[in-house]
Amino acid sequence: MKVFITKDALDPYKEILDFENTALPAGKHGGVVSFVGTMRDFNDGQDVSAMDLDYYPGMTEHHIERVCQEAIDEWDVMDTLVVHRVGKMVPTDPIVLVAVWSAHRKDGFDACRYIINYLKDSAPFWKCEVTTSGEKHWVEHNSEDPGVAARKGLKKSA
Amino acid sequence: MDIKVRYFASLRDRMGKGDEAVSFDQDTVTVADLWSKVSSESMPDSILVAVNMEYTDSSHELKNGDEVAFFPPVTGG
Repeated sequence: MKVFITKDALDPYKEILDFENTALPAGKHGGVVSFVGTMRDFNDGQDVSAMDLDYYPGMTEHHIERVCQEAIDEWDVMDTLVVHRVGKMVPTDPIVLVAVWSAHRKDGFDACRYIINYLKDSAPFWKCEVTTSGEKHWVEHNSEDPGVAARKGLKKSA
Repeated sequence: MDIKVRYFASLRDRMGKGDEAVSFDQDTVTVADLWSKVSSESMPDSILVAVNMEYTDSSHELKNGDEVAFFPPVTGG
């Protein structure tokens, strides 16, 4: 399991390849399921030109590591990688990568969805958007995702 | 009892600072007591609280040296 937060530009596909080549035993996994979140140029009906992402150093990593461990314990998963960008970014920039390696696709999809839903629901990050007119405002809530409220229901034991 | 308090995002802007140190004479102090000491407004329902980086609620009893963070709903991912 690897979790890290970065202020630098994120190339999620390079991160997937690098991790797979260094941390996964060759020939043992059947696939990698990934989610890459990118910055939109609109939100809540407004045109957005830039964003500054704040986080709580220590708590953020700790909670993402915990949910990755829950996913590893819950599903047949070989390894997980989560990278989240913070600081200043512009539309089309990748914000987050969740990648899950597993022998079979069902476990990979379920674990990846669980991790990204938890992240959006609970990991301490905050988006501050700048609109094209120059106005700055904090985003008050993430867009509704029924998967978040139902995330416990994803678990095999639930 | 000495408590380290941290604020994030819009709450940091509202409080005008990112952190502060707060001291209490009494032995029993809850998160709600701490909020009353740092703000004259009642604690908004939407505000989340973490003690030593674990989510908790306003009835949580604090210990000397605890780090308490107040912040708005999270918007990552």
